[in-house]
Amino acid sequence: MALIEAKRLTKRFGDFTAVDGIDVEVSQGEAFGFLGPNGAGKSSTMRMIGCVSPLSEGTLRILDMDAASDGPAIRARLGVVPQEDTLDMELTVRDNMWIYGRYFGIPRSAVKERSERLLDFVQLTDRADSRVEALSGGMKRRLTIARSLISEPEILLLDEPTTGLDPQARHVVWERLFRLKQQGVTLVLTTHYMDEAEQLCDRLVVMDRGRIAAEGSPRALIEAHSTREVVELRFAVDEKVDLGPLQGLAERTEQLPDRVLLYVRDGDSAVAELSRRGIAPQSVLVRRSTLEDVFLHLTGRTLVD
Amino acid sequence: MSTALSLRAFEYWRFQYRRTWRGTIVTSILNPLLYLAAMGIGLGTLVKGQRASSLGTNGSYLEFVAPALVATTAFQTGMFEAMYPVMASIKWIKTYVAMLASPLGTRDVLNGHLMWMVLRILQTSAAFLVIGALFGGFPSWDALWCLPIALLLGMAAALPMTAFSAHTQQESSFAAIQRFIIIPTFLFSGTFFPLSKLPLPLELIAWLTPLSHGVALARSAAQGKLELLPTLGHVGYLALWCVVGFWLAHRIYRRRLRP
Amino acid sequence: MTVGQHVLVARILPRLPGARGSVGAVVTRDLMAARRNWIVPLSGFFEPLLYLLSLGIGLGSLIGKIPGPGGHLVGYREFVAPALLASSAMNGGIFESANVFFKMKFGKIYDTMLATPIEPIHIALGEILYALMRGVTYSVGFLGVMLALGLIESPWALLALPAAVLIGFGFGACGTAAATYFRTWQDMEWMTLAVLPMFLFSTTFYPLSTYDGWLQGVVRVTPLYQGVALLRELILGPVGLSAVGHAAYFVAMGAVGLALTGRRIKHLLLT
Repeated sequence: MALIEAKRLTKRFGDFTAVDGIDVEVSQGEAFGFLGPNGAGKSSTMRMIGCVSPLSEGTLRILDMDAASDGPAIRARLGVVPQEDTLDMELTVRDNMWIYGRYFGIPRSAVKERSERLLDFVQLTDRADSRVEALSGGMKRRLTIARSLISEPEILLLDEPTTGLDPQARHVVWERLFRLKQQGVTLVLTTHYMDEAEQLCDRLVVMDRGRIAAEGSPRALIEAHSTREVVELRFAVDEKVDLGPLQGLAERTEQLPDRVLLYVRDGDSAVAELSRRGIAPQSVLVRRSTLEDVFLHLTGRTLVD
Repeated sequence: MSTALSLRAFEYWRFQYRRTWRGTIVTSILNPLLYLAAMGIGLGTLVKGQRASSLGTNGSYLEFVAPALVATTAFQTGMFEAMYPVMASIKWIKTYVAMLASPLGTRDVLNGHLMWMVLRILQTSAAFLVIGALFGGFPSWDALWCLPIALLLGMAAALPMTAFSAHTQQESSFAAIQRFIIIPTFLFSGTFFPLSKLPLPLELIAWLTPLSHGVALARSAAQGKLELLPTLGHVGYLALWCVVGFWLAHRIYRRRLRP
Repeated sequence: MTVGQHVLVARILPRLPGARGSVGAVVTRDLMAARRNWIVPLSGFFEPLLYLLSLGIGLGSLIGKIPGPGGHLVGYREFVAPALLASSAMNGGIFESANVFFKMKFGKIYDTMLATPIEPIHIALGEILYALMRGVTYSVGFLGVMLALGLIESPWALLALPAAVLIGFGFGACGTAAATYFRTWQDMEWMTLAVLPMFLFSTTFYPLSTYDGWLQGVVRVTPLYQGVALLRELILGPVGLSAVGHAAYFVAMGAVGLALTGRRIKHLLLT
C-alpha cells in the first residue's frame, strides 16, 4: 500500500506555479527523495505533504486519509524536520522535547521516557539541560530530528536535512537517519546534494521548475541518463576552449563555465586518446558518474550554483 | 594619533544613523510634546494655590516640570544608547569585532562610540529644550545651562551602562534594567514633585541616583538660581559616576574584546 | 436546540478533548518559557505599584481633592489608582501582543506547533488564555495593595477584577491582531505611538473636565478612557448603566481582535 499518494499535485502562489501537477507515490519503509536545485518546488511539496499548506489543485492522500480535510489526524502520525530549525530558543534541550511531545498530546510518562531515549539516540544526553541557543548547528539539527521522532511517526519528512552543516556533522546526521531507515521508518526527504541523495534514498525524483524530470533509484537514474565515467578537463582561465579537437571522444560533451565534462564508458582510455591528440588541459580528473551528471543532462543546469 | 582613530570609529555610528534617523526624530519630538502637554499643562491645572507655592517656581507647574524633563530625556537617551547598541556591537552585529580587525584598538572603538553617545544626548536634550521653550516652560535664557547639565547627566548614565552592557552576556538583563532602574528612577527623581515630599528613607535613596542631581541642577539653572556649593556637590557627584564608569568601561572593553 | 445547533455541537464535540489538550499545551509552553525569564512578567506587577507610590504620595501632596466619577470629591491617590490598574491591564495586553509577534516572526514557535495536530484556533485560544492568567495575577496583586492602602470605596470593586481582565483581553486581542500585520521590530513602535498618548491623556492623571468640549469627545472614544472610566466607577462608585457600555466596548474589542487574529495566523502560516 502507498503511504503517500499524490496525483496532479499543484501549488500556486499568485501567478507563480511552485509545483506543477506532479504524481508521487511513496510506499511503506521506503527512503524517498526529492532532488533538485533551490526553487525547484521541493519545499512547497513537502509543506503540502506535511499538511501545513493547502493544495492548489490535485489530490493528496497520506496514510489513507485526505490531506485537505484530515490535516490534524495526519499530522499526528508524521514527523517533520523543517528546512530551518524551528527549535524553541526560550527553552532547554530537554524542555524542547517535552513540550513538543505535549503538542501531540502524548501522555507525560511516555514523553519523558521517549525524550531520554531519543536524546541518547542523537547523542545529546549530556547537553539535555543546555539552552538551545548554545548548541552548534549540527547539534541543533540532531535535536530537531530527535524532536520529530517523539510521536513515533510512521513517516518522517526531512527538508534539506544537512544543508549548512559541516562535513563531519553531515555524516553524523546521515548515520542516524540510516539507522531509522533500518528500523522501518519511512523517510521522505528533499536535498540539493547529490551525495546525500545517493547515501540515503532508495528511490528519488529529480525535480526542476515544479515538475518531475525523472524518477528511479540513484543507480538506475545514473545508468539511464549518464555514462559510467566522466572525465573533467580544466583549461587555463583565459584560454578559449575549442571543442573541435574533442569531437568523437565522448558519448556526450558538456561545457561548463569552469570546465569541460566528457561522458565516456572508460575514462582512462579517453585520457590516453586526449594526449594522443595533443590536447593538454591544466588538469584532468576521471570519476564515476553521479546524480549531479544526471541532473545536468536532464536540465542543462547544475544542482548547486 | 588616537583621537583620529577614535573619530574613525565615530564615523561608523554617524554613517549608520543615516538609516535610522527618522524613527529617532519622531520620538525626540513627539515625546517632549506629549509629556509637556500631559504633565506640564494637563496635570498643571491641578497643581495650584497654596500647595503649588512649595515648587519654588512662582506657582507654575510647567516651569517646574520642563527642565526636569530635559534632564530625564538626557538620562534615558544615555541609558538606551549604551544598552542594545553596545551589546549588538559585541554579540550580534559584531561591529566592534570588524573595527578591531582594522588599525583601531579597543580604546578607539570605545571612545568613538562614546563620542556618538555625546552627540545623541545633546540632540535629544536640545530638542526637548526647544519644544519646552515653545510651550513656555522656561522663563529666561538661563535655561540654556540645561544643555551642558544634560550632557554631564547623560554621560553619568551612559558610561557605567556601557561598562555593564559590555560585561553582561544576556540581553534579558536590559528588560530588567528598564523596569527596575530606569522607570523607578524616572518616578522618584524629583521630576514631578519635590523629593522632600517623600518619606525620609525614600528621599535618601532617591538622592543616590544621578538623575535626582541632574534634575536639581537643571531646575535651578532654568530659574537662574544656581548656587555655588550645591552646584559643586551635584556636579561632583555626576562627575564621579562618569569617571568610575569610564574606567570600568575601558577595563571591560579590553577584557571582552581582546581576550 | 435547532437543527443547525445540533450539527454544530456534533461537529465540535468529538474534537473537544483533543482541543483541550492542544490549548493546554500552548499554555504550558508559555509557562515553561516564563519560568526561565520571569523578570519582565514580575515587573508587570511592580510597575503600577511604583507609579501609585510616586504619583499618589509624592504628586498627591501637591494636589487637593478632585471630583470622582459621581462628582463627589476624592483624594488624588484614590483618583489615580483605578486608572493605573486600567493602564497596567492595557500594557499587559500590548506586551502580550509583542510577544506573539516575536513568537511568530522570529521564534517560529507557531510553525512548530502547526506541524503537530495543533490548529490555528488552538494557538489563538491558548495565547489569550495565558494572557488572561497573567492579567488575573497582576490585577489581584494590585487590587490587594489598593485594599491595604484603603483606596477602595465601593463594594462594586469586587467586579474590578473581572473588569481589569476584560480590559486586558480587549487590548491583547486587538494588539495581537495588529501585530500580525507588522513586518519588523520597528513596526512595533507604532504600538508605542498609540499606547503612550493614551496613557498620558486618557484621564489617567487628571479629570475629563480639564479638556475643552470637543477634546472631551476625542478622549471619550479612546479605549483606555473607557477602561479608566469603568474601573473608576467600580472602585469609587457610584456605578451606573454607563459601566455596562464601557464593558461592552471591551467585549467588542476582544471579539473582533480574536476573530481577526485566528484568521491572520491561518493566512500567514498555512500558505
